[in-house]
Amino acid sequence: MLGTAVALSLIRELGPVLTALMVTGRAGSAITAEIGIMRITEQIDALETMALDPFKYLVSPKFIAAMISLPLLCAIFDVIGIYGGWLVGVKLLGVNPGAYFYEMENSVVWRDVYSGFVKSFSFGLIIAWIGCYKGYYAGHGAEGVSKATTESVVLTSVIILVWDYFLTSVLL
Amino acid sequence: MKMVKLELMVGIFMLIGILCLGYVSIKLGKVELFGGDFYSVTARFDSVSGLKPGARVEVAGVEVGKVDRIALDPKSGDQALAYLKINSGVKITDDVIASVRTSGIIGDKFIKLRPGGSEKMLNNNDMIRETESAIDIEELVSKFIHGNVD
Amino acid sequence: MITMRNVHKSFGAQKVLDGLDLDIPDGKITAIIGPSGEGKSVLLKHLIGLLQPDSGSVEVDGESIIDLRRTELNRIREKFGMLFQNVALFDSMTVFENVAFPLEEKTSLSKEEIRGKVLSALEDVGLKNIEQKFPDELSGGMKKRVGLARAVVLNPKIILFDEPTTGLDPIIKRAIHQLIKDTHAKFGFTAVIVTHEIPDIFDVAQNVAMLFRGKILQHGTPDDIINSTDPAIRQFISGSLDGPIQMV
Ligand SMILES: Nc1ncnc2c1ncn2[C@@H]1O[C@H](COP(=O)(O)OP(=O)(O)O)[C@@H](O)[C@H]1O
Ligand SMILES: [Mg+2]
Repeated sequence: MLGTAVALSLIRELGPVLTALMVTGRAGSAITAEIGIMRITEQIDALETMALDPFKYLVSPKFIAAMISLPLLCAIFDVIGIYGGWLVGVKLLGVNPGAYFYEMENSVVWRDVYSGFVKSFSFGLIIAWIGCYKGYYAGHGAEGVSKATTESVVLTSVIILVWDYFLTSVLL
Repeated sequence: MKMVKLELMVGIFMLIGILCLGYVSIKLGKVELFGGDFYSVTARFDSVSGLKPGARVEVAGVEVGKVDRIALDPKSGDQALAYLKINSGVKITDDVIASVRTSGIIGDKFIKLRPGGSEKMLNNNDMIRETESAIDIEELVSKFIHGNVD
Repeated sequence: MITMRNVHKSFGAQKVLDGLDLDIPDGKITAIIGPSGEGKSVLLKHLIGLLQPDSGSVEVDGESIIDLRRTELNRIREKFGMLFQNVALFDSMTVFENVAFPLEEKTSLSKEEIRGKVLSALEDVGLKNIEQKFPDELSGGMKKRVGLARAVVLNPKIILFDEPTTGLDPIIKRAIHQLIKDTHAKFGFTAVIVTHEIPDIFDVAQNVAMLFRGKILQHGTPDDIINSTDPAIRQFISGSLDGPIQMV
């Protein structure tokens, strides 16, 4: 049962959600702070006066990066989690190693893997979206940026959890 | 210099990420990149109640393949067609009998193959002629209770 | 030719521009003077579509720039270069990258050509050997000059300067004014300079407009302004504390 429990919980839920929450804390806040500071120091206005589209130069690269890196990070998370489970279960607690991987391979189907990646892809979209939005419409001065950053992290985390619930019921 | 180091790190990250992605999809999600090395045969059952795609196909208790998909037979309209994927190393005679069986307490259904003595082997897309359907426990019990067991 | 007609702009309850009319002639240097906080920067941002008026019209070469789609607005903005009051250098890029950025994005010059242009633009504003520094490693005056170099490096048709010499020492200030005059003589661009350099600007600009209480009080040649009889202009030019402009 251990292999099944570890693999299914990681691949379906924990992998996508926990990676997304970590990335929100690390990169989502950075996106908001960076764009927010560029906004309040008029760097975004400067881009506009050069007839360059701030969306193209600031926003879209972050969307692409988030949508590529989240599924990859999620896969790394899954693999590390599976081998972490193996380390504790097999090496420390003495579960049969063959059974651990055999059960796992038998219980996981493509639909689980697919739904995990669809989830992390959409979480990437959410992180970039809210991060950029909050930064772009940051308030005044250092405090405005700090407030925007806080709001961005909180809102992103909440939406990720809600959206995960929704996706789970649609995909599985 | 700084740029080169950054790009190297990004490259390594991508590589590890893609490797993990591949491991999870191919090993666990069982995506077949190269079509896989097996052939498929079809079996027609009166009922496959409880059988699911991905279920095991066994010969003498050894797993030799998987159920690929299940559909209603378009010709008869009241029978089920099970498409089986058999590992190409395994030869199966054309007089094989396929039956839907239950394993363990949880009641996972699987397909049991009993090869006969024929000289001819089944090829890709052949049909298994002899089948035994799933035993419906509920039906058995109700027959027993109502007392008309044959 | 840039024309503003009856432009109104308020921020909340605060009226900044109040029925302003202004014509900026082609190929000339127009200076905009006026007390601090009167809306000179706001006026400048209206010229390039960074701010939209509440009512009234702004036209660049006969084309309205109000409520345009982004692609249309960008087509018009290609004519402009702008130096912001707070410079607005890209703070994660070096000085070199800042000045090279418009060239890389808007032209197809080779790396070598860009390098040559950037270095000569920086030299024109009196900066050498700072290409690899970041903006936060520069003094305010140096940042201004980098911003100036970035604004002119594409040789735009119209250049907007928001206080290009504020915070610079008198010699650099003189040099920047000379630079604007020289490059103007060479390329004949249209320039709009918001400035507080009262006697000096009369020597640089061909037109001077005084902004006061949301309107252009007077617009004319430097001589017109120097000899103006308007009490606010007289007070502003002489820097006296008595008059209609009251600092509380
Ligand atoms: N984005 C803004 N939001 C609210 N008020 C603004 C904004 N920009 C400028 N103002 C107000 O407009 C007035 C004019 O500002 P500004 O044009 O910067 O003055 P200056 O003539 O010194 O350049 C100021 O009182 C300022 O408070
Ligand atoms: Mg100003």
